[in-house]
Amino acid sequence: MTKSYAGIDVLRKVMRIPHAAFGVVFILLTVLVAIFAPWIVPVSPEEMDFDNLLSNISSTHLLGSDQLGRDTLARLIYGARIALIVSIGAIGLGVLIGVPLGLIGVYFRGAVDDIIMRAMDALVVFPSLLIAVGLAAALGGSLTTVIVAIGIANVPWMARVVRSQGLAIREQDYVAAALAGGMSHARIIFKHILPNSVAPVIVQSTLSMGYAVLTEAALGFIGVGIQPPTPTWGNMLQQAFPMLEQQALLSVVPGLAIFLLVLAFNFVGDALRDVLDPRLKGVIH
Amino acid sequence: MWTYFLRRILQMIPVLLIITFMIYALMLAIPGDPALALVGPGESLDAEQLQMVREAHHLDEPVLVQYGIWLSKAIQGDLGRSTQNYRPVTEELGTRARVTLQFGLVAWLLAILIGVPAGVISAVYRGTSVDYVATILSIAGVAVPNFWLGIMAILLFGVTLGWVPTQGYVDIFVDPVEGLRHMLLPAFALGVTSWALIMRQSRSAMLEVLAQDYVRTANAKGLRKRRVIAIHALRNALLPVVTVFGLQTGRIFAGSVVIETLFGIPGMGQFMVQAIFARDFMSVQGAVLVMALAVLTANLITDLVYAWLDPRIRYDD
Repeated sequence: MTKSYAGIDVLRKVMRIPHAAFGVVFILLTVLVAIFAPWIVPVSPEEMDFDNLLSNISSTHLLGSDQLGRDTLARLIYGARIALIVSIGAIGLGVLIGVPLGLIGVYFRGAVDDIIMRAMDALVVFPSLLIAVGLAAALGGSLTTVIVAIGIANVPWMARVVRSQGLAIREQDYVAAALAGGMSHARIIFKHILPNSVAPVIVQSTLSMGYAVLTEAALGFIGVGIQPPTPTWGNMLQQAFPMLEQQALLSVVPGLAIFLLVLAFNFVGDALRDVLDPRLKGVIH
Repeated sequence: MWTYFLRRILQMIPVLLIITFMIYALMLAIPGDPALALVGPGESLDAEQLQMVREAHHLDEPVLVQYGIWLSKAIQGDLGRSTQNYRPVTEELGTRARVTLQFGLVAWLLAILIGVPAGVISAVYRGTSVDYVATILSIAGVAVPNFWLGIMAILLFGVTLGWVPTQGYVDIFVDPVEGLRHMLLPAFALGVTSWALIMRQSRSAMLEVLAQDYVRTANAKGLRKRRVIAIHALRNALLPVVTVFGLQTGRIFAGSVVIETLFGIPGMGQFMVQAIFARDFMSVQGAVLVMALAVLTANLITDLVYAWLDPRIRYDD
């Protein structure tokens, strides 16, 4: 079976699970809306309409407007861009650093493994949100900072998944045979150990995407994330909170968007886990 | 068992060292003169005076030396003074930790009191509408941003219905009724993820246990359903709940950062955010140390309780 065929096969199985199908469709929709944002939005997200401040759902503002008369729907759509860029960037970074660390640890064992895993333990013990708050405060709230902060918090989880998967493979006879046959360490890691880690890393990544969206929102809400006027779902909620009594809609809409996107990632992640490898149930959180 | 216990305690040391050192280095990396941050915004010192500040606080030494000095004092119980109000950090942490602890415990209790029965009931009545509703709620609970749930709770119970206060904190030991009233919404918002995970875990564990031979035997003996569940099944179904405990302690600390900011609760989370913004080195370091210790201890307790509940698990690994 060729690789691309295997991919289609997995997707077909995932789509057969109703809530996972909802997840896939919702994520795809969000991605499309985010890509084509400039063509979709009714008005620019920064355009102020002083005749309609804090307006309700209406024909001019489908999802209402904020304290400066900016269109909530437009800001929500641009916010989707940020949410996706942050989650893809952060998880990509987590994989890029975490996977090699996990591979090196599980392959070489001993002191190397101990040092890597203790460092990972330290990162896990310390709540990822706090790491992100610290980094964002140290480097200033920007898109890059938020990606780096959430990315680093994801490193230990990736390393752990790869490691727990690799432990058994490391003991296989074919690895010993490859070593005896003079295959280099790097080649053994890439040819034998890495391929076995792909499935769990994909599952962990999908589930972590949702968590990244949540973390970005939390950072935005406490004010250390990406700064306004760039709209993000988190800073929209932050700006809406003081106006809760005047216009609750402003607080309801971005939260619902976050909730639905996270839900979609979780559904797809769970389904991928069940399809790719049901044994992973206990390994991945 | 004692060797296991001792080894686990010893393993905590490198983890603590790595965390505190990372945070120390991170705080120094924040742009701006640390000496100025130490003095605070109100003062304007000349270059010579600033140099004195630097020397007094060893700021011109290498990071590792500075960290070493902090560490040796920390071991003796001296965590320095906050640069925001010049209170000793240990004192400040004491007051703050008391707040977060109360409110974390209430969140925990709510999570267990809702999560375990909901999980058990939905397993016992598998496939019914009760199971369906509980499962949907647990899925939603993991995906919902806890602070947004907090905002929605403020909107419904505070603004619209006016049942409970939405801001501030009252010590439970000073005024239990008011304390609980203030804590209800934040604890509910903080515990929602934990509640959802506990429900999910106890449901699947219960389902597994109910399929076991000894449960069938107990049923066949003619024991009443409630007795079978209470005596034979529940203990085993509780195992995964214990696992979640270790993981969730960290989550609750992290969640407290946002929830305390939202509800204006003067706990560890709020303290930490304020200290980071004010570049209050000593306070950040102290808070990190306390949080890390708490999470590591929770993990240790988790493993010990786990082994106690499940005799198949041995310490000698």
